[in-house]
Amino acid sequence: MTAPALANAALDETAVALPSQEPARVARDSRPLRLITCGSVDDGKSTLIGRLLWDTKAVKEDQAASLQRDSKGKQNDLGLPDFALLLDGLQAEREQGITIDVAYRYFSTDKRSFIVADTPGHEQYTRNMATGASTADLAVLLVDARVGLLEQTRRHATIATLMGIKQFVLAVNKIDLTNYDRSRFEQISHEFKELALSLGVRQVTAIPVSALKGENVVYDGRASMPWYEGPTLIEVLELATTRSAQTVGFRLPVQRVSRPGESFRGYQGTVAGGSVKPGDSVVILPSGMVANVTKIVTFDLVRNAAVAGDAITLVLDRQVDVSRGDVIATIDSQPMTGLAFDAQLVALQAEGIQPGKRYWLKSGSRRQRVQVQPISQLDLKSGKWNHADELPMNAIGKVHLAFDEQAIFDAYEQNRTTGAFILIDPDTNNTVAGGMISAKRAAIGGIHTEDSRVILSLPADLADQLMATEIFAGRREDAEIRRVTAARAIEIIDVIDE
Amino acid sequence: MPHTHPETELHNPQSTKPPLDPHLKALENEAIHIFREVAAEFERPVMLYSIGKDSSVLLHLARKAFYPGRIPFPLLHVDTGWKFREMIAFRDEMVEKYDLDLVAHTNPRGAAENVTPFTHGSALYTDIMKTEALRQALDAGQYDAAFGGARRDEEASRAKERIYSFRTPDHRWDPRNQRPELWNVYNGMIRKGESVRAFPLSNWTEVDIWRYIQAEEIPIVPLYFAKKRPIVERDGMMILAEDPRLELLPGETKREEVIRFRTLGCFPLTGAIRSNATTLDDIISELETATVSERQGRAIDRDQAGSMEKKKREGYF
Ligand SMILES: Nc1nc2c(ncn2[C@@H]2O[C@H](COP(=O)(O)OP(=O)(O)OP(=O)(O)O)[C@@H](O)[C@H]2O)c(=O)[nH]1
Ligand SMILES: [Mg+2]
Repeated sequence: MTAPALANAALDETAVALPSQEPARVARDSRPLRLITCGSVDDGKSTLIGRLLWDTKAVKEDQAASLQRDSKGKQNDLGLPDFALLLDGLQAEREQGITIDVAYRYFSTDKRSFIVADTPGHEQYTRNMATGASTADLAVLLVDARVGLLEQTRRHATIATLMGIKQFVLAVNKIDLTNYDRSRFEQISHEFKELALSLGVRQVTAIPVSALKGENVVYDGRASMPWYEGPTLIEVLELATTRSAQTVGFRLPVQRVSRPGESFRGYQGTVAGGSVKPGDSVVILPSGMVANVTKIVTFDLVRNAAVAGDAITLVLDRQVDVSRGDVIATIDSQPMTGLAFDAQLVALQAEGIQPGKRYWLKSGSRRQRVQVQPISQLDLKSGKWNHADELPMNAIGKVHLAFDEQAIFDAYEQNRTTGAFILIDPDTNNTVAGGMISAKRAAIGGIHTEDSRVILSLPADLADQLMATEIFAGRREDAEIRRVTAARAIEIIDVIDE
Repeated sequence: MPHTHPETELHNPQSTKPPLDPHLKALENEAIHIFREVAAEFERPVMLYSIGKDSSVLLHLARKAFYPGRIPFPLLHVDTGWKFREMIAFRDEMVEKYDLDLVAHTNPRGAAENVTPFTHGSALYTDIMKTEALRQALDAGQYDAAFGGARRDEEASRAKERIYSFRTPDHRWDPRNQRPELWNVYNGMIRKGESVRAFPLSNWTEVDIWRYIQAEEIPIVPLYFAKKRPIVERDGMMILAEDPRLELLPGETKREEVIRFRTLGCFPLTGAIRSNATTLDDIISELETATVSERQGRAIDRDQAGSMEKKKREGYF
C-alpha cells in the first residue's frame, strides 16, 4: 500500500477519526501469511499490531468507538488512542497495561490476508510467545529505539529461529521519541544483523517505525524521516513468502482408523509432507510393514493425489496392522525410527525440565513415554552453549531423548511437523516444553559423544564415502568422522556390545 | 465409539463443485484435523450446535472429517425456549436429513421458575438459561470434550483462546494460565471431571464463514437472508415480532421492514439489520463493506466491558 499524498500531514487526524469505509477485499489466491510480533516488554508490539489493524481498516466502527472510550485517561501525549487495547483483550492485561497471552488477529490488504499473533514481551510469559512462534512464517521483532537490544530481544529472536522462522523484520520502534535519529536506527540495525547472522538468519529487513503515530507501518514516514528510503512494514509483509511444506517425502501421521462397515478400512490424518497417489508403495512405521495405496478418500470425491496439508483418508491394498500414532510414509525416504534422539527445546513452565524424569512426548498423533537428559543450555548473552544438568523455565537447551518404544521423527529442519514435539508433565498434565528434533542418536556402532559432538569411527572407505555426502557437509559441527581400520572398527563394536 | 456405522457409498455424487481456493482449503484442513484429533483422544466428545451459521459450517466440517463414517459423537443444543421458530424448524430438518444424534437440553429450573428475557433481564436470563443450562447438559452427558464454533475474530477475549481450551471440573476458564499450544500438536491430557472445549473454527473470520457456506453450498437458517418481516423497536434494536409471547410495551408498535440477521440467538435479544441481501453474494459484498462488527447486534455482549471474558470464566461457551 502506498500512502495517499498528504498522509503524513493528516496523520494525527486520520488516526483519531473513525476508520474510513473501504475495508480491503480478502485475498483468495494464496494461504494467509502467519506472522508474530515479538521483543521485550513495552517495546510496542501490541501498539504496532493495533495500528496495523487500524490502518488496514480491520477495525469496525463499534470497535473503534469502544477503543476511544477505553483509551480515556490512558491517552498519551499525542492524544492518540491506545491501540494496544485492540489486542490486549483480557481484563488482567488492561489493568496492568501488559500483554499476558498471545492474541490472534486477522486482517488483509488487497494483496493478501494475514494471521498475526501478538505475543507478550514479559519473560514470565515466554511460553505464550513460543506458542505464537511455532506456526509463524515471519517474525516482526521490535526494539525500543531509545533502549536497543535486550536479553529478552535475543531470547525471542533465538526461539523464533529455533522454531524455523527464517524471515525477520526488525522494527526499530518509538523512533519518534529519538527525534527520528538516523544513526541510532543504523546502530541498532547493525547490532541486530550481527545477532541474526550468528543465528543463521539471512533475511532481515530493518525499518524505523513509530507504531503509535503510524509511520512506516502502512503509510510511509517520509515527512519525519526523509533519510529512510526502504519499504514500509506492510510492503515487506505483502512480499514475504509462506512456509513451504519442505520435506523429505510423504508422511501421514495416522489420527484415527475409520471402519464404518465390514469392507471399508481407512486411515485418517493430515499429510505432513510430500504427496501421495493411488498405486504408491508405502511403509507403516514403526512396524515396517509395506502396502500399496489403493484410494484417497475425501468427502467430495475420490482423489487422484493428495499433498502436504490435506486432511485425507487413505485406503491400502491389504490388511495390515495400523493404529493411531503410526506413520505411513514413502518407502524411498523414510523418517528415522529409534529409541534415542537429540533435540533442542524451550522449557515453558516454572518447574523447568528435570533430568531423568519421565514425561509424555507428543508428536503428530503419537504419544509415548520419554526420559529427557539435559546436555547444555544456551547463554543468551554470549551465544554459547554451556553444560547443564537441568533446564530452568524459559531456558533453551539441547537434550537427549530416550524412549521405551520406537519413536518416529524427521529432523525439524526437514519437516516442521514430524520433527516437532511437546513434552507433557504426567503429574500436572501441563505442556512443559516445545521441542525440535535435531538427529537420531545411534545406539550401536563405534559412536560416542564428546560434549554434544558425535564421533564416528568407521572403516576408511566407508568414512570417505560418508564424508562426501551432502547431509554430512551440512552437519560438520555436530559430528566428526574418524578413519580406522576395519579390524579396529570391530573392536569398538565389541566393546560397546559388552 | 458409540455408533455402528452403515456402509456408505464411496463416491459422493455432489462432487461437481469447483475446488476450494487455497485460503479456505487451509482452514478446512485445519478444522478437520482438530475434529479427528479430539474424536480420537477423548472418551466422550460432544458438539455444541447452536443452529447459527458457524454451527452450520461446523456440522458440515464434522461430516467431512469422518466421512465415509457417521459423526462419532452427539450434537448438543442448549434450548433456552426463546430461539427463533425458524431455527428450531431448521434444526429438526438437519437432524432428519443427516441422521444426527441430537440432545436438546433446557434448564428445568429456569423453565419451572419461568425465567424469561423480559422478566429477569438479559444478564440473569443468559446466566440461567444458557450458562447454567450448558453446565447441566455437559455434566449430565459426562462429556470430556465439547466442540464449539467460536472464532477468534469475534471478540477480544476470544482472540486469546487456545484451540483446545482447558476447563476445570466446574467448567471455568483461566485465561491467565492457558496451556502453551505449539504447532498443531494438541495436549488433550486431562483428569477425571476436567474437560476441554475445542474450537475448529478458531482461525476463521466472518467473511471466511460466508465464503465457505457459498463454496460448499451449506444450508443455513433463512433468517440470514433479507425479507420483509414484522419488527418492533426496543432498546435501540429491531426485534422480530412474530412470536405470540412477545408483548408490546406502551408506546411500541409493530411494523414491517426488510431485514435480516447477522447472528442468531434468542429472538428477544437479537437485533436485526436493515438489508437487501437476499443471496450469499449479496451478504458477502455487504460484509466486505460493513462498518460495524457482528457482535453489535447482540444484547448480551453489551452488558458490560469484558463481559464475554467474564461469562467464559464462569462457564459460558
Ligand atoms: N511514542 C511512542 N510510544 C509508543 C510507540 N509504540 C508504543 N508506544 C507506547 O509504549 C507503551 C507500550 O506499548 P505496548 O504496545 O503495550 O507494548 P508491548 O510490546 O505490546 O508490551 P508487552 O506486550 O506487555 O510486552 C504504550 O504506552 C504505547 O503507547 C511509538 O511508536 N511511539
Ligand atoms: Mg503487548
